[in-house]
Amino acid sequence: MSSTPFYTPPRWSATFDPHSVAEIHRAAQTGIYDIRGAGAKRKVPHFDDLLFLGASISRYPLEGYREKCGTDVVLGARFAKKPIQLKIPVTIAGMSFGALSGNAKEALGRGASQMGTSTTTGDGGMTPEERLSSKTLVYQLLPSRYGMNPEDLRKADAIEVVVGQGAKPGGGGMLLGQKITERVAKMRTLPVGIDQRSACRHPDWTGPDDLTIKIQELREITDWEKPIYVKVGATRPYFDTALAVKSGADVVVLDGMQGGTAATQDVFIEHVGLPILAAIRPAVQALQDLDMHRKVQLIVSGGIRNGADVAKALALGADAVAIGTAALIALGDNDPHWEEEYKKLGTTAGCYDDWHEGRDPAGITTQDPDLAKRLDPVKAGKRLANYLAVLTMETQIIARACGKSHVHNLEPDDLVALTVEAAAMAGVPLAGTNWIPGKNGM
Amino acid sequence: MCGIVGLFLKNPALQSKLGAHVETMLVGMTERGPDSAGIAVYHSPVAQGRSKLTLFNADEAYPWRKLAGDLGAALNVETDVAQKGNHALLVAETSETAVIDWLHANRTDVRIMGYGKLMEVYKDMGLPGTVAKKYGLKAMAGTHAIGHTRMATESAVTTEHSHPFTPAPDMCLVHNGSLSNHNNLRKWLKKQGQSFDTDNDSEVAARYFAYRLSEGATLKEALEAGLTDLDGFFTFTMGTKDGFAVVRDGIACKPAVLAENDDWVAMASEFRSLAYLPDIEKAKIWEPAPATVYTWSLH
Amino acid sequence: MNVIDLSKTPLREVNSRLQKLPKDTNERLWKLINLHGEHACAVGLTQPIEVQIEGHIGYYCGGMNQEATIVVNGQCGVGLAENIMSGEVRVKGNASAAAGATGQGGLIVIEGDAGTRCGISMKGVDIVVGGSVGAMSAFMAQAGSLIVCGDAGANLGDSAYEARLYVQGRVESLGADCVEKKMTPHHLAKLEKLLKRAGIAADPHKFKRYGSARKLYNFHVDNVDAY
Repeated sequence: MSSTPFYTPPRWSATFDPHSVAEIHRAAQTGIYDIRGAGAKRKVPHFDDLLFLGASISRYPLEGYREKCGTDVVLGARFAKKPIQLKIPVTIAGMSFGALSGNAKEALGRGASQMGTSTTTGDGGMTPEERLSSKTLVYQLLPSRYGMNPEDLRKADAIEVVVGQGAKPGGGGMLLGQKITERVAKMRTLPVGIDQRSACRHPDWTGPDDLTIKIQELREITDWEKPIYVKVGATRPYFDTALAVKSGADVVVLDGMQGGTAATQDVFIEHVGLPILAAIRPAVQALQDLDMHRKVQLIVSGGIRNGADVAKALALGADAVAIGTAALIALGDNDPHWEEEYKKLGTTAGCYDDWHEGRDPAGITTQDPDLAKRLDPVKAGKRLANYLAVLTMETQIIARACGKSHVHNLEPDDLVALTVEAAAMAGVPLAGTNWIPGKNGM
Repeated sequence: MCGIVGLFLKNPALQSKLGAHVETMLVGMTERGPDSAGIAVYHSPVAQGRSKLTLFNADEAYPWRKLAGDLGAALNVETDVAQKGNHALLVAETSETAVIDWLHANRTDVRIMGYGKLMEVYKDMGLPGTVAKKYGLKAMAGTHAIGHTRMATESAVTTEHSHPFTPAPDMCLVHNGSLSNHNNLRKWLKKQGQSFDTDNDSEVAARYFAYRLSEGATLKEALEAGLTDLDGFFTFTMGTKDGFAVVRDGIACKPAVLAENDDWVAMASEFRSLAYLPDIEKAKIWEPAPATVYTWSLH
Repeated sequence: MNVIDLSKTPLREVNSRLQKLPKDTNERLWKLINLHGEHACAVGLTQPIEVQIEGHIGYYCGGMNQEATIVVNGQCGVGLAENIMSGEVRVKGNASAAAGATGQGGLIVIEGDAGTRCGISMKGVDIVVGGSVGAMSAFMAQAGSLIVCGDAGANLGDSAYEARLYVQGRVESLGADCVEKKMTPHHLAKLEKLLKRAGIAADPHKFKRYGSARKLYNFHVDNVDAY
């Protein structure tokens, strides 16, 4: 109504919001789906919707510092001759050399080793830098098998069979031409500069019956020394966990939709897979039903940011968590120091997620040597170690407040939920009530 | 999580050895499925006007004789029953439908494993070799048999969800793989009059084929329709009164090996189950092509 | 000749023993008997020894082989010599699906037929098949050569990168971006050499060469039908 003097602010549609409109314009312009890095960005039920019940008249806390709160974890004692011993219940998730620069992989190894935990290779194989810098290295067996070889298999401390990841359960790896440099191309046996197409299924097995045989082969090649992990994106966590156990896994790794990737389609990231909050309880239930809880370990990932997240994951039954995005941020990803450059890329510090382009100002998700050298592996490693220390201390603070002398003694009964959704997903009561939606009536 | 075997005899002279060969084949699939096994054997056809049913109750002290007696009295027909482990073989001088209706009304504690004129079905927990011995598979002579070994994914190992599925007289189906559109298909089949015992994807496939056959399709036509209507990954082996069929989906990721000579045709998830068949060295050995229906018939 | 009876010696022990042979071992000849379709037999070998397998073998025989020569006198299961690095793996009978999957080097010879997905994701291995190969062979094949004396099933070389495919018989159909390519004297010479190494008699001139048209190397919306 332009004839009246009243001001009516422009009104956005909740459905055709700014992001959706821009995306349709972009799709019409380019004829290609939007590809980006990172995990699901929209708000989904997460650990923030859970709260701990600290000490009170009926529950007594532990003193900080003097009264020990243990954080160590043993992974893979089920079959392996050499299980993994970690000092803290936080590991570094699989991220490829190719997606990340060599310096970034080295920094991850340094930081993890300083704190007594492990790092994981990704869809490109093992680099000498990472094996040298990381005291405990998990080697991924992915559908693509880029760089897979028995020598690296034997150099690894554990082997992780990747069925999928949270950002894209059912999708394969993706690395675009601008990041397929000479070195990356050589490791992956690909022509330089092509857009890598990765398989989404393993080439020589499909299904849990054949996975069983595959795991057996991996054990035979490595003389049954190393723990075998099986990683899945969170979709059918109860069944997948049961099947992984039945197939002979030592450890199950469960990655929620907030879990990051270096590159995949935005629609895949945002609309496929469960939030990690919804996946943990079914996975733990499967382990308990098979009498395998704490015998086959569960590592969960996807949006772990602080010690509260770690503590909540453990309280719900996980043995450890993995961090990916958070580890990169700790190294220096999205640091405001590079704001001018982020602006030039059309974004701002904290929002940058076009990791597939390989133009990362922080030098982390890039193969450009000039950018990559901005990341000093020693300094960045120290930053990661600092962050891991804070995660651990925060977890301990919460655990002590709940009266626990070891973080593994955190349990679902230490938690309540702020929302009905979170209560149903996590299987804990709505705060102030004893109602667990789906489990008991009011 | 499983292994499949199937043997179809072209040469009647080998019929006395059917059970022995199938037992060896089944044992070969132990690693793929150590928790339970199921077998469907086509043998000892009953006379015209009679039907044969394999029934199950977990309690080995179940009063089968009383059941047979009550059935006979109710329908005024001759009945005979023989117990085998926790299964019982019931023969009645009437149609399968009449018996099934009576059982549904009067013996809800009995599970019907299979029915028809000659198919017998045994499904039980334990190693395949143990199950085979318990039901005397070795001694069974016949024309064809299909077996399945299973690795349970639930903690409670039961035969509720075991293969073979037997949705129609003398018809059985075993499946290795995972369907992806079975829930919608189940809803549609229910509208066509099919009823389901489980929420298992394999049962949907079995009832789908039973539906197609009941609408007049040949075995080949039914399986070809399945290639269009069923989505997901599958290797199916199916048995009918005089037929044997094998089909894999178009992507063909689940294993399957076929062997054929003048005397027999055999199928297994792995060659190791075919290795001891007579004259295997002279057999043609191949893997079924994707989206291709292979059928054999006694006639 | 060391003979190991698989019905008496557990497979774990066999593999462990073969894998731990020292570099200068004089125990170069091994024979495995009484096989019953075992999986992961003779995997992860590292020395230039010879292993004769008398009978039918299961999945992943010769997996991740380095240096060794393995001969299977029988049929073999899925994933024969998967991820082979070097050395030679030969089967007298048929190979099942995914033979030579992701192999990085060395030679695989299948005297009979191979199942579906022969040479899937191959990364440098040379595979010579005396018989035919099943559907989807050389799927996403990156490097190396696949030579088929018989026929090839549907969708040969789908999404292949730089691997070279040679087929003497009928190709049921070619996969996405796979085309027939010119056979030059250079290719003929390579083909002849590999056939000779494999010990399979065939005339290279009767083969046709196939490979990637390279149209899918970088995404373009006009190729959307191929995805």
